[in-house]
Formats: sequence, structure tokens, C-alpha cells
Amino acid sequence: MMDAIQKTLLEQVAGIHEVPQGAYSLRINGNLYGKNDSENISIVKKEDKPGIDIYVKPGTKNESLHIPVLLSQSGLKEIVYNDFHVGADCDITIVAGCGIHNSGAGESEHSGIHTFYLDAGAKVKYIEKHYGQGDGMGKNVMNPTTVAILGKDSYMEMETAQIKGVDSTRRETSAVLDDGATLIVREKIMTHGEQFAETNFTVDLNGDNCGTHVISRSVAKDRSRQSFLSRINGNNRCSGHTECDAIIMDDACVTALPQIEANHVDASLIHEAAIGKIAGEQLIKLMTLGLSEKEAEEQIINGFLK
Amino acid sequence: MIEFKNVSYETPDNKEIIRDVSFRIDDRFVAITGPNGSGKSTIAKLIAGIYKPSSGKILLDGVDITEDSITDRARAGISFAFQQPVRFKGITVKELISIASGKNISVSEACAYLSEVGLCAKNYVNREVDGSLSGGELKRIEIAMINARGTKLAVFDEPEAGIDLWSFNNLIQVFRSMYERTKGSIVIISHQERILDIADKILVIAGGKISAYGTKNEILPELLNVQAGCRFTKEACE
Repeated sequence: MMDAIQKTLLEQVAGIHEVPQGAYSLRINGNLYGKNDSENISIVKKEDKPGIDIYVKPGTKNESLHIPVLLSQSGLKEIVYNDFHVGADCDITIVAGCGIHNSGAGESEHSGIHTFYLDAGAKVKYIEKHYGQGDGMGKNVMNPTTVAILGKDSYMEMETAQIKGVDSTRRETSAVLDDGATLIVREKIMTHGEQFAETNFTVDLNGDNCGTHVISRSVAKDRSRQSFLSRINGNNRCSGHTECDAIIMDDACVTALPQIEANHVDASLIHEAAIGKIAGEQLIKLMTLGLSEKEAEEQIINGFLK
Repeated sequence: MIEFKNVSYETPDNKEIIRDVSFRIDDRFVAITGPNGSGKSTIAKLIAGIYKPSSGKILLDGVDITEDSITDRARAGISFAFQQPVRFKGITVKELISIASGKNISVSEACAYLSEVGLCAKNYVNREVDGSLSGGELKRIEIAMINARGTKLAVFDEPEAGIDLWSFNNLIQVFRSMYERTKGSIVIISHQERILDIADKILVIAGGKISAYGTKNEILPELLNVQAGCRFTKEACE
């Protein structure tokens, strides 16, 4: 049975209270707690290293897969390799996420290395949430790596959110796109206290008529630090867009490094980056509606990170 | 309702915008007009608490609110519609109207407020109040928020600014129905004759001072006559 702390973590990262319906793999404190295959999605435990292989039959539609990871034992460190083999013309949702509750003094760390192989015409929505809590002195560390190999005319939408309690994170995401493939990335980060978050995206637009949008919205509070690096390489007729929008508060520090490289005359690439504090007129507007300055600030941040 | 007693306002770099202004608004619909740079918008911002007077007092229903914050004044029953509506990334029209009304409103309630300002509600409730909305749309949403608040005093800073002619005709209608439907007082900063024409009283500001204050019938004919109208704005012209 899961305990109350584990249930809270599960709700935060997967929005569910118990083991999910359909295909799932639930990892708790370094061990596979449970898994379930569906008719079209099979989950196979790796023999050579921690992790799983997930096989989705071609043509699978409207199915979802949950693969949450929970750590409630202080000081546990793990690296997990999950490979997703998504067959042609699938249309599925994958919900991953990691919740850490660290009540001890040791550093808890989870590094998930997720590799996606999308066959021609496959469509995947990938949602990943990171959440940390705990009352101890131990740090919560998450270093996710995502690799996406997108086949012809495939489509992948990746939503990542890290809103609370992760002391240190280094996110590495890389993608290679074939003809007609599309990758949309939406990242949301809020850091506070002394937290540190670094995200690096590298997208190789190799196929004819492929495209990507990499969008990051973040809020940095207190003395936290954030770094956003986005590299888009246009190697064919393609379109690429990267946008980083950050709200800076208190004594925080935010670095944004959008980088676009065109290696083809028909590569159309755009980058945008903006960092600034909350606009005074936004606060004033909400205060004229009856909110206090603090309430106004919360509304603006909640909306921004929604 | 709202009263200014010897109010002056200087900018942080000591430029005097409003000079020893005293007036009292008790009527249901008052328009404040005057040439550009005369201090009209400053008066609106002084009422809302966005600016604090350098000297003098501001009273709401006889209570001194001079030192009250923007939030306190909003809670005391003052609404303020911006001349340039503010955009918010991620906040939807429905959420903003909910904040304005002080409670979590339903989609149908939000739609009712939007329909009043001539917006096809279902196209707007879930849209973000960001750069994707036009200036005219934002102005209407701004007015819908004031309606949702339903306070005893609503101040509009040049509601016609940035609105096309077609929308402007509807805007007049919106104010007419607001006047008929609500019990509160409406104060509009405006240059537009047609807005002045639906006001009970008109306050004319020129050069940071009041140059005339009276009923529409007393003020409007002279104001529209260029030569005579200059009497009101003489100080600014000089």
C-alpha cells in the first residue's frame, strides 16, 4: 500500500490518487511498485539497467500511459532509463513526473533519461511534472534528460512543469526531426529560495518542412538562479521558433541564451527572449479591482505559469 | 459622492499638474473635459488613488480617503477604467471578470457582462487578455470589468480613445444603458461631444484648474462654440 506522503506526491505529479487506469508503471523508492499493460501498450522491465521499455502498437489511438516516480526515502539517488517506442499513426498521451519528499538530511536525486522513438505519423502528448517537498535539510535534485527521435510527419508536444520544491535541476532535451515532423515544447518553471534550475534544449531540424516551437515561461524569486539555453539548428527547409519569457523578482538571477543556426537557405528561424519584473501597471490594474498588492502579484504569476 | 478640497498635484520632478482644485460630484453622470494636457486624467488617477495629492483632501461620501491605497479605495466602492487597458499573459477574460466581481463567476455570468459591451461572449470568455486582443476589444473588456464590479462610483478615463467609429456608436449605447440600469455614479473623462451630450453635468479643466462646472445645457453650447469655448480654456491657450 502507498502511504499518505506517497499519495500526495502522486497527486502532485500525475493528478491521480491511486494506481491509474490503463497502462502504467509506478516506481517508488528505487523499485518498480507496479505496472500494467494494456492491449496496445506493453511495458517491459529492462534487464541490463534500471528502467523500462514501452512499446505502443501502431495505430493506437486515444490511450494514455502513466509513469510516475515517487521518492520518499531521504538520500536515495537513482538513474532510470525509459525508452518509448511509439508505432506509426498512434495518438497517445504519456504522463510522467517525479515527486520527491525528503524529510532527512541526505540529498535525494532522481535522473530520468527518457528516449522517444516516434514512427511515421505518430502523435504524442508528453506531460512531465516535477515536485519536491520535505521538512529535512536534504536537497531534492532532479536531472531529467529527454531525447526525441521524430519520424516522418510525426508530432510531439512536450509540457514540462516544475513549480515547487526542487532545489536543483539540470534539464537536457534534444530532438531530431525528420520530414514533416513537429515538436512543440512548453516549459514552466518557478524557483524560490536558493534553488537553481538550468534547462538546455537542442533541436536539429533535419527533415524537409519540419518545425518546432520551444517556449519557456519562468518566474525566479528570492535568491534563486535560472539558466535557459535553447539551440535550434535549421538543416533543411524548416521553421523554428524559440521563446523565453521570464519574470524576475527579489534578488534572483535569470540567464536566457536563445541560439539559432541556419544551415539551409530555406530555414526560417526566430528567437525571442524577455526578462523583466512584473509590470507596475498590471499590479495597479488588479489593485483597482480590489486585490491587495500581494494578491495581485500571485494572480499575475499564476496566470503567467498556467 | 466624491469631493476634492483644494487638491494640488505635482509630478516627482516638481511639475504642477493640478492647482488647488475643489469640486464635488453628486450627480449620476458627470463628464470631465478639457484640452490635452489640462490634467483630466490626473484627476481620474487621483480619485482612484494611483496618484496621491501633494496637498488637499479627497473625500468619498464625506469620508477622507486621501491617504487610502488603491486597494482600499477599490474596496470602498471606486472603480477605474484605464485609458490604455493592461494586458496579462495567461489570465483569461473570464478570470479577470471574476476578479472584478469579487467571486468565481460562471461562464453564463461572464457572458452576460460581455454581451452588455457588445462582445460575442462565447468567442471571448476563455481568451487570454494578452496581445492577441485588439485595442477596441480590450476597451470593452475593461468596461465589462467595471460593470461586474458594480460599485457606487465608476471612473472612465477616455473610453473612446483607440476605438473605431463603429465601436464608438455602441460605446455610447453601453453608457446609456449603464446609466439607466445601475444606481451608481459615472464619471467619464472625455473629449467627445456625444459623450458630453449624455452627461448630467460637465466639469471643464484647463491648465490644471477648473474653468467651468455646470449642467450640460449651461456648458455644452459654449464649449462647442469655438470662440466662446475658448473662454473656458483661455488659461491653457495663453
